[in-house]
Amino acid sequence: MADQHKVLLAGADERDLTQLAEYQAIGGYRGVAKARAMTPDALIAELEKAVLRGRGGAGFPMGRKASLIDRKSPKPKYLVVNADESEPGAFKDREVMARVPHRLIEGCLIAAHAIESTDVFIYIRGEYLAEYEILAAAVEQAQAAGIFGDVRITVHRGAGAYICGEETALLESLEGKRGQPRPRPPFPPIQGLYAAPTQINNVCTIATVPVIIEMGAEEFAKTGVPSSPGTAIFSVSGNVVRPGNYELDLGTPMRELIYEHAGGIAGGRELKAVIPGGSSVPALTPDQIDVPLDYDSLGAIGTFFGAASLIVVDDRCCMVQLAIRSTKFYMHESCGKCTPCRVGTRWMVQILESIENGTATRADLELLDSVGDNILGKVLCALGEFAVYPVASYLNKWRDEFVAHIEQGGCPFGGSSSLEGILAPSDQHAHTPVGEEALV
Amino acid sequence: MSSFYEEVQELRARYPEGSRSAVLPALRLAQEKHGWLSRQALEETAEALEVTPAFCYSIATFYDMLHLEPVGRHTIDVCTNLPCALCGAQKVVEAFESELGIRAGETTPDGEITLRAVECLGGCGYATVVAVDDRYRQHVRAETVREIVEDLRG
Repeated sequence: MADQHKVLLAGADERDLTQLAEYQAIGGYRGVAKARAMTPDALIAELEKAVLRGRGGAGFPMGRKASLIDRKSPKPKYLVVNADESEPGAFKDREVMARVPHRLIEGCLIAAHAIESTDVFIYIRGEYLAEYEILAAAVEQAQAAGIFGDVRITVHRGAGAYICGEETALLESLEGKRGQPRPRPPFPPIQGLYAAPTQINNVCTIATVPVIIEMGAEEFAKTGVPSSPGTAIFSVSGNVVRPGNYELDLGTPMRELIYEHAGGIAGGRELKAVIPGGSSVPALTPDQIDVPLDYDSLGAIGTFFGAASLIVVDDRCCMVQLAIRSTKFYMHESCGKCTPCRVGTRWMVQILESIENGTATRADLELLDSVGDNILGKVLCALGEFAVYPVASYLNKWRDEFVAHIEQGGCPFGGSSSLEGILAPSDQHAHTPVGEEALV
Repeated sequence: MSSFYEEVQELRARYPEGSRSAVLPALRLAQEKHGWLSRQALEETAEALEVTPAFCYSIATFYDMLHLEPVGRHTIDVCTNLPCALCGAQKVVEAFESELGIRAGETTPDGEITLRAVECLGGCGYATVVAVDDRYRQHVRAETVREIVEDLRG
């Protein structure tokens, strides 16, 4: 087994890198001076050469995104860091903010120079209180040390809404509105935050920028695999012996991550499924896990790299129950703006529950597919698709299990599934209606 | 002028003039002061932000961490999303329910503790994750539930 290759997390095991002096002792913030000695055009060219693909899920090259910013606009330019990590299975951005906050801040300063911005916002999910405190303290330290120049970094806390990880919903939320996605075009590089040109990147993407500047884009592009250079922090959760974050070169085989780094399946059970990019992507069967962990290889077998977050599922789990719990999440988090997603996710839950209860017929399997088809491509953002992709893959790959529910008139696990009875927030004891105390 | 009003003005100064970006931090501040976003809390926030109370209410209804009804002095939020669920989160929920004598979604009759099941908290590798007064407790098992409740009750 190859060791972890710590690049984003380099130094954090040996030192307390939340402290400015410690980060500077390992060469921290050298990249800012180096970047500021370059013209923005040269810096963007360097970032494009590195082919740093967005670590948030979409995989769009960061340098290319920066090249799309309308830098001639008379409006201010904004850099927004998406730290609203909320994808079930993902907990990598949290570790970066808690352990190497200055590397993220350094990345912000370099990226801001590239797009000629002096205003940076870091939108961190509201639940990440400890991480917010660490990051805010690091920002204060670096600012007091005069590292920022004329750049201002504002750490903005969310308040509990998965949809705000979607970039245009995030911008709406940051503008003080309900976090509902915007129609595109216009795209954020032209008209983003406060209708001004805006670069939006994930925490891990921005935290990789200082690494690229330090080692040079050419050297960086030689790491990982040619189509996806660099490392990624992989979050592994579910039924493995050693769940946790592992920073590895892109292109590392999934089997090595699950069976060597994460220690294999816990309790001597059998592997049943891997959901490789966070709960929103199509699942893989055990015979598919020799796939290299990079954007193109996962795409080639019909799934997504997503948030580099593997949920490992053992053979105790009923796939219909998995589908129900997954869909209840997306139903709960649908912002309600687009009807197919708002209504369709509810229908999906109803159909899936009827399958689980044994009241469904075979026609309901077709109906489930049909509801999914009528969400895909008919909504403003990816949330509706995130609800459909995984369920479609469960239905497709574990169809026998769905059929068995129908034929046996109930769950073949007979109450022994690992997800039996799992409560979703949407099922909780109904709150009393808004009373006279609140506004109506 | 109340100190709340002054604090909201400080929040507003962090964002471009004329924007409403301070609404989330201001609502959080109001919630910290009042315990929840009562009508009075929403009106105070609206006044400090120079917006209508209805606007504040429309924002507050969108975000899970903003409470539109009273909650206990303490909150216990148990993650029941897939990674935690696969590792036994339901047993943790049930242990809290039986220790507190309430169902998830309810508050103890003495108004001390609100128990909720919540969606993914981003601690999937350290299941089960429970946020106790917004501070994460990781690797929580049914057996450790009593200790958490005893700590809270002092």
